[in-house]
Amino acid sequence: MYIIKNKFIFLGISGLLVAASIFSIFYFGFRQGIDFAGGTLWQIQSENISGQEFLQEMFPESSVMPVEGGSFLIRMPEITEEQHQESLKVLQSRFSGLEELKFESIGPAIGKEVRDRAVWAFLAVLVGISLYIAFAFRKVSYPVNSWKYGIITLVTLFHDALIPAGMTAVIGYLGYGAELNTNFIIAILVVMGFSVHDTIVVFDRIRENLRLGIGKNEAFSGLVGRSIQETINRSINTSLTLVLVLVFLYFLGSPALFHFILVILVGTIVGTYSSICVASPLLTLWKRSGNI
Amino acid sequence: MQRKYFRTFLLMIVVAVVAGFFVYPGTVLDKWSPWRLGLDLVGGTQVIFEVDMSSVASADRDQVMDGLRDVMERRVNIFGVSEPQVITSNTGDHYRLIVELAGIRDAAEAIKQIGRIAHLEFSEVEQTGDGADGDAGNIRYISSELNGSHLKRAQAVIDPTTYKPQISIEFNSAGSVLFENLTAKNVGKPIAIFLDGALISAPVVQEKITGGQAVISGQFTIPEAQNLASLLNAGALPVPVKLVSQQTVGASLGLNSLNKTMFAGLMGTLAVMLFMVIYYRIFGVFSVLALIIYIILNLAIFKLVGVTMSLSTIAGFVLSIGMAVDANILIFERSKEEIRKNLSRNTAIEEGFRRAWPSIRDSNISTILTSLILYYLTTGFVRGFALALLVGVLVSMFTAITVTRTIMRVFVRN
Repeated sequence: MYIIKNKFIFLGISGLLVAASIFSIFYFGFRQGIDFAGGTLWQIQSENISGQEFLQEMFPESSVMPVEGGSFLIRMPEITEEQHQESLKVLQSRFSGLEELKFESIGPAIGKEVRDRAVWAFLAVLVGISLYIAFAFRKVSYPVNSWKYGIITLVTLFHDALIPAGMTAVIGYLGYGAELNTNFIIAILVVMGFSVHDTIVVFDRIRENLRLGIGKNEAFSGLVGRSIQETINRSINTSLTLVLVLVFLYFLGSPALFHFILVILVGTIVGTYSSICVASPLLTLWKRSGNI
Repeated sequence: MQRKYFRTFLLMIVVAVVAGFFVYPGTVLDKWSPWRLGLDLVGGTQVIFEVDMSSVASADRDQVMDGLRDVMERRVNIFGVSEPQVITSNTGDHYRLIVELAGIRDAAEAIKQIGRIAHLEFSEVEQTGDGADGDAGNIRYISSELNGSHLKRAQAVIDPTTYKPQISIEFNSAGSVLFENLTAKNVGKPIAIFLDGALISAPVVQEKITGGQAVISGQFTIPEAQNLASLLNAGALPVPVKLVSQQTVGASLGLNSLNKTMFAGLMGTLAVMLFMVIYYRIFGVFSVLALIIYIILNLAIFKLVGVTMSLSTIAGFVLSIGMAVDANILIFERSKEEIRKNLSRNTAIEEGFRRAWPSIRDSNISTILTSLILYYLTTGFVRGFALALLVGVLVSMFTAITVTRTIMRVFVRN
């Protein structure tokens, strides 16, 4: 099978992408959403706001961003409800017909809790899935021990989470407003959910082929290659259906969800790639290096 | 055999049609089981209050929290939003109150009102100096035992002579006695009425008042008097609270994102259906039928259970649509493989279901695991996502397998 024969090329591409993602996460860092970092986000709309200079002057510590549809998004350190109402009065007297689209203000303590919970939930999911895979493949311990399926799934999940995360760091750095926030965590979980489906389908076929013992004389890498070949139609078709939905959501959906959808879109593609070109080759590599 | 499957098939269609009527918005059924829409879709506000427990002994704190929640629930009901939510949370030594008002129009006013303590207090006034020089330092207020907890009812009324709004109050029996004693003791002297520590008015007692009726007059506007009366009726907060987080979404923004997301989701789903029909031909048609039944059943369960629909719920739902389609693709690919092995179509399909089952089972169990972990470890938006995903995967295991299989058993001939 082409993929198994050239596994080092495919693994190399993944390695490069992961390295680039880790680099950008540490070098650029994440812009944290206010639901994690605390702060205030205010979106206002009026036909009479001509430029953002006035808003910038009024909130010196803020960043003001024009949004599609003639509204402005102001992001600043946390302000109290009293300050909010005072500022609203000033703005309303200055710009007639001013409408508040959104006002979010989150204290730093709350933000930290939300973030900690999200991170713990994320880690729990990673561990939970890996343990389940090790359990589900417990009867297949020859020629690769079942816990290795679990570990490889874990590695694959990290791979699929890291690449969209790196992308988010880069987009955030370039100033397009991608953030580490609750939506991002959900998006990554969606990606992981799909990726693990993909990986399970390929592993399941390997499991079945091993159990049937069709090619008992067949080398393990050959069997893995055959299993990939037998499932590749399904992997691509499934991803294609999800990509279809996501592309529609990206172009026609709510602008509030742009980054959310983008992370899932990229993650889906990466996840499909990883279950075909990373997880299975790793399985053959690991088999080769150890005798169990 | 075919007949038996046909009956099951008819039953599924009937269930789907009934569920479809139930799901469709704007019918009479909405009265007893309405769609619950999250504030990111209909607009509204979610606020989090930090509860100041410093004056409460740690053993009593849970009880105080319960009392606080009751008062808060009565307060939010004043604003007439459908299904307000008041949730208490306790992490470490932080006690918090989360209030969600979806669909509220004036969020700013609501936030101002529900966070007020509204502690009403009646005090005696002791004048030590002669007060002739306007020396305010000579006035001392002595709190009486009478306070807001002795209220039976408060009501905003218009003073028939001055036409000014005021609040008429009625004490309960214990309060009536206290009030009678208080007025008897202070004939010819003022009684000061405080709300949250601020003096509202200090009417002079003309004579002893029995029957427990009193009037608070002050510089109120009509809405102020009405709000105050509602607050007094709901009761005072037992401890002070502080606003620490607020998320308010305007109705127009919410509606806009709801419409856009629904439209995009619909188009995406149609595209998937088209793809399935083009690629899998007649099998694709079966899966489209199964998918429609899936979507209707899933929405019906959301509505029946009272899942709050928000952007995150929709995201979870869309993901589960993807997983439902995935199960069908797995089965079809497998069946095609078996057909290539020269099995008869019916046998190939049965074999396809049987062989695809382990991967569908394992992948769905891992998703169920994920959604359970998320549901128990998180709050708010992530939780809504997890719930939608959980319901979706459970329903999809039924439709993608049972429904699709029945349809195929009925329609596929050798």
